[in-house]
Formats: sequence, C-alpha cells, structure tokens
Amino acid sequence: MATLKYRPLNLGRWIVWSSTALVMIVLPLIFTEGFTLTLMSQIGVGIIFALSYNMLLGQGGMLSFGHAVYSGLGAYFTVHAINLITKGSFYFPVTLTPLIGGLAGAFFGVIFGYVTTKKSGTTFAMISLGIGEMVFACSLMFAGFFGGEAGISTNRVIGNPFLGISYGPAIQVYYLIVGWALVCMVAMFAWTQTPLGRMANAVRDNPERAEFVGYDTHMVRFLTLVLSGFFAGIAGGLSCINYEIVTAENVGALRSAGVLIATFIGGAGFFFGPVIGSIVFFTMVTAVGGVTQAWAFYLGLLFLLIVLYAPGGFASLIVMHVPVIKARLMRRLWRPYAAALATGLVLLAGLVSMVEITYHYSLEAGTNPAMKLFGFAFNVTDAEPWAVATVLLVGGFIISRFAWNAVGRAWSDILHVLQKQSA
Amino acid sequence: MEFFLISMLNSLSYGLLLFMLSSGLTIIFSMMGVLNFAHASFYMIGAYFAYQISGWLGFWPALAVAPLLVGAFGMVVERYGLRTVHKFGHVAELLFTFGLAYLIEEAVHLIWGRSSVPYGVPPSLDGAAFTLFSTDYPIYRVFMMAVSVSMLIGIYLTLTRSRIGLVIQAALTHPQTVETLGHNVPRVFMLVFGGGSALAGLAGVIGGNAFITEPGMAAAVGPIVFVVVVVGGMGSLAGAFLASLLIGVLQTFSVALDYSVVDLFAKLGIAIGPDAPFAALWSLTISQTAPVLPYLLMVLMLIFRPKGIMGTREG
Repeated sequence: MATLKYRPLNLGRWIVWSSTALVMIVLPLIFTEGFTLTLMSQIGVGIIFALSYNMLLGQGGMLSFGHAVYSGLGAYFTVHAINLITKGSFYFPVTLTPLIGGLAGAFFGVIFGYVTTKKSGTTFAMISLGIGEMVFACSLMFAGFFGGEAGISTNRVIGNPFLGISYGPAIQVYYLIVGWALVCMVAMFAWTQTPLGRMANAVRDNPERAEFVGYDTHMVRFLTLVLSGFFAGIAGGLSCINYEIVTAENVGALRSAGVLIATFIGGAGFFFGPVIGSIVFFTMVTAVGGVTQAWAFYLGLLFLLIVLYAPGGFASLIVMHVPVIKARLMRRLWRPYAAALATGLVLLAGLVSMVEITYHYSLEAGTNPAMKLFGFAFNVTDAEPWAVATVLLVGGFIISRFAWNAVGRAWSDILHVLQKQSA
Repeated sequence: MEFFLISMLNSLSYGLLLFMLSSGLTIIFSMMGVLNFAHASFYMIGAYFAYQISGWLGFWPALAVAPLLVGAFGMVVERYGLRTVHKFGHVAELLFTFGLAYLIEEAVHLIWGRSSVPYGVPPSLDGAAFTLFSTDYPIYRVFMMAVSVSMLIGIYLTLTRSRIGLVIQAALTHPQTVETLGHNVPRVFMLVFGGGSALAGLAGVIGGNAFITEPGMAAAVGPIVFVVVVVGGMGSLAGAFLASLLIGVLQTFSVALDYSVVDLFAKLGIAIGPDAPFAALWSLTISQTAPVLPYLLMVLMLIFRPKGIMGTREG
C-alpha cells in the first residue's frame, strides 16, 4: 500500500537534475571537436523529441507511428517564421522561435488529435500511421509551403548580435539547444506530476476504471497528445535552427520510426528512459554510421533484442540493479557478468564480421574484393573470412548461452535472498 | 470507354494483389489479435527470393518455392519471436513486428543492395493477351488475376471445407474451447501465421516483376495494406476483399485524372485565379492528390464508421 509521505527535500532528484544540467553545459568544454558538438546538438534535440514521444507511449499508453508529423510541421512553421523575420515582416527573437514550432505542433495536435485519440492501442497506432503517411504525401503536393524535394532553407543569423550571441557559431546553437532541452525536460517532468499527467497514467493502465471514476478518457488522451505535439514542435523548431534546412523527411515515416526506436531502447516506462535512448540512438546513428553503412541493421537488431528480452529498455536494466546494490549483493553478479560480456563480445565479433563481409560482398565483390576488418586484411571472395565469421558467430552463440544461463541463475539466487530479506 | 475498361482491368489486378496481402493480414489479426507490421516485408522478401530463385531455376519453380520459403520463415518468426513477446501484450507484439520490418529492410539492403534488382516477367508470359480497342493488354496481368483468384478460391475452400479450416474458424472465436477439445492451438496459430506469410510471399512473387523489386517496396505497400484492412473492417475477409478492390480502383483511376476544383468551377463559368485564398489547394489535380486519397479514406472511415465496411467490432 502506498502511504502519503511528507518529504521536505528530494535530495536525489536535485542531484540528478543538476548533474544532468552540469554535464550538458560542461561537455563541449571537454570535447571541443566539431564532430562531438554536432552529435551533442542532435542528442539535445533528440531528448526533447523522445521525451515528448514518451508522453504518448510511456505515460499515455499510446503507440504512435506518426509522431514526426508534429515535430516536422513545427520545424516548417519555424523555418517560415525565421524567413519572415529576415524579410522584416515582424520582429521576434530567434532564441524564442522554437516556441512558434511548439505552437504549430500543438495546433496540429488539436486538429489531428481529436480524431486519433478516440481509441488507444492498435487503432491509435494505425490512425497515427495513416495521418503520418497523409501529411508526408501532402508535403510533396504543396510545394509552396513544404518546398518540394529541396525543402526550405533559411539563415539563422538575423540582425545584430545581442550580447555577442548571433547563433553563427555552432557552440552558441548548442547552448540554445541545451537551454531549451533543460526547460522542456523540467516542464515535461513537472507535467507527469500534475493531475493530468497522473490521469494519463490511469487511462493507460485501466481506461474502464478511469471512466468509472468520472474522467473522459478521450479528453485525457487528447490533451496529452496536444501537449506532446507542443514539445515535439519545439524539438522540430530547434532542429530547424540547428540545420538551417527543413525537408519533407522531417515529417516522414523514418523520422517517426526513429523516435519510437530511441524511446523504446531507452525505456518507455521511466521518465529518464528516452534521455538514455536518445544518447544511444544518436551515438549509433552518427558514430557507428560513420564507420559502417550497416548501422541501421545493428540498430534494428538492438531494438528487436530489447523488445524480446528487455521490454523496459536500458532504463529498466539500470533500475533493476538498484535494490541489488542496496542489499550489497553486486559481488555475486560480477563474475557471471564478466563471463557474459566476454562471450558476448565473441558473438558480437562474429555477427559484425558476418554482416560486414556480406555487405562488402554484395556491394563490391567484383570490383574491389579486398577489405579490412578488426585490423585483418582479406579478400571477401575467399572462403576463409566466411569460415572464421561463421565459427565466431556459432561458437559465440553457444558459449554465450552458457554465460547467460549463469547470469540467470545468479539473478534467481539474488531475488531469493531479496525476498527473504523483505519477508 | 477504352480508358475506363483498361483502367478497370488494371485496378482489378492490383486490387486482387492487395487482397492477397490483406487476406493474410486479416486472418492473422482476427486470430491472434496481432497487427503484423512486417506483413509487407514478407511480400518484399517473396519478390527477392523469387528473383534469386528464378535466376537459378527459372520462374516456375520460383513461383512454388519462394512462397513456401517465406511461409517457413513466417513460422519461425511466430514460434521464436511473437510467442516470446505475446506475454507482454499487443503493443509489444506490434513493436516486435515493427522492429522486424525495419530489420528485414536493412537485411535486404545488406544482401541485395540499395537499388532495385532486375526481376522481370518471364518470356513465356511476356506479350499481349488480347487487344481491347487499340490497347494491347499484357498476358502477365491476366496471369496475376488468375493466380489471385485461384488463391482466393483456395483459401475459401481451405477455411470452409477442410478439417484444419474448421479448427481455424473455431479458434478464431473460441480458442480456449478448441484447446480443451485437444487441438494444439499455438501450432494452429503458427500454421496460420506461416500461411499468411506465404500468401504475402506469393503476392511478392507475382507483384515484384509486375511493378518493381526494390528495398522500398515494403514501405510503399505496407501502409496501403493497413488502409485496406481498416477500411474493410478489422478481421473481416469479405470486407478486406471489397476494400482491396475499392482501393485498387481509387489508386488506378486517380493517377490518370487531371481535373482540379479550378477546372470544375471553370465548367460552371466561375474563374478561380491564382490570387484566390488557398489557390494551391484548388488548383491541385486529382492525379496530384492520388497518394493521399487512400489515407484520407482511412481517416474518414475511422471518423464516421470506425468498424469499417464489413467489420463487426470496433478497434
């Protein structure tokens, strides 16, 4: 039974939030290369987007396949607003233009949301997919607003610098993103504590009961979607300032799929899950994507593994260790974890070599059969690399099964001990 | 008249192809409650398998072997994937099939490359079947219709006349009772999933060379098949059939009609200039709006008749 407690100060929460802010502010001072700055800007925008998505998936129980509609339309409105400001049609600080994107996102949330939120579950998923496809098809129809294939480009540097801030250098844009990300994170966290946020959880868990208590589930879902569209629009506006171009792919299905994958990998059941998810997702897209063309394959595989074996995402994997650490039982896990890691690395090496060799073979076996992987140079037309990859893959799979069983046994022991302690 | 008849035949063959996809999806949905996001991916790998096998053995063996392979793959997916996530609920199942669709597309990139493959119509089916007015109608389209219709009759007979069909029908509504009577319902599910995948694979074999075999084909057809299932009514085979033909007609005719609201008003003697409010909207021709129409139909359907044309339940 939950009891009402009076807590004067939630110290842990303050520490987590302020260290998050500190990390975001300090990181670009440590990693000064342009590459990491681009990555961190992407992650910052991605965090807002994924958190707004999680208002639907995690807090409201609505699986959406078309969330990019709200961020994308927000981005389009922002880009047009910036272009109008440049022309001198009206005055508005660039710093606040994501707000225009947010309002546009909320506006389209009102328009599309009323229809789509009548039902949750599979029906909602299908309509959101339909709306997403519809808006994407429209983007190719109305070239005036959406800019057709080329998209709409803009220049974020408008007017005279204010206090030295012109948003010309990428670092200034990064701090703009960090500022907005922190504000949005706090706002979205605060939302989960409001009566509406709580009702969204209730509607997710048991809509029938929520209706008996007297709440209109449709209205709760609708308001959640509008707010989520607002934050998604802010993310869209920031991405518009970051890239200075908005194309039709901003409203496309791939963007919607991306935010779903990022959120779910991080963990939809926890508020900070999407934050972890964005970091993992964009690191994979940018860092792994820079090394291999097969990054999307690895990302899809990671997503499937999470769906199958850890549906709570990375966040649940972290949270599940908290009671173990509190009970000082982690020492029982180190050894099986080390074994699992070692065997997992063998499996991973086998998988990566298999995928990379296949990829190289299908792309350029005829023209350039030589390739290098893990420091070894070989020809993909020879049999040896295939044999080695197969042995690593199959052998790694077999030995990691043993290691995973050991992890499972260690965990069941620990759960047993924890149960005894609490009893 | 000529345009109308040819377009009608084209929409019929396209609609029947859509029905081959949507029938599998509908049966799987009504039986297991799983909306299979990867269904169009099975269509895609059917086409790619057929391309590969027809390169080795020829088209006719591919027509038989490729759907069977896809069906076997579908059974493996059900047994080792879907059954694992089943305990987490329908959203987890939907997410699993979504991830699978994503992974299959990447695997196709990996194996066959990012551009389209030259999977063509076999020479024996190349040419004109008959001439209507002045247009030669290709044999392959007729062949597609013949395959689709014979599959349709095959499904109907299997579901209504065979023992396994009766078990499937019973398991649709009363899975527990069927299980109590000693039938292995999970295995029936696996067979149904495999069968539905095989149907999608067959559609890929005959659709892949009629249209184009490329990694984007699943993403292009997938949402349309969803539209068919929603418009027809979730879980209704007859509804899926009607909706497939409807969408076939809608898509085939709309791409060929170059009329806009401006033209309509011009006929009535009212001119709408480029300065009128929402001028971009009024000057759109029907062919330009063609990609949106199926989704518009779906959204309107969900607003005004959420259970679809022939559906029996909502959502």
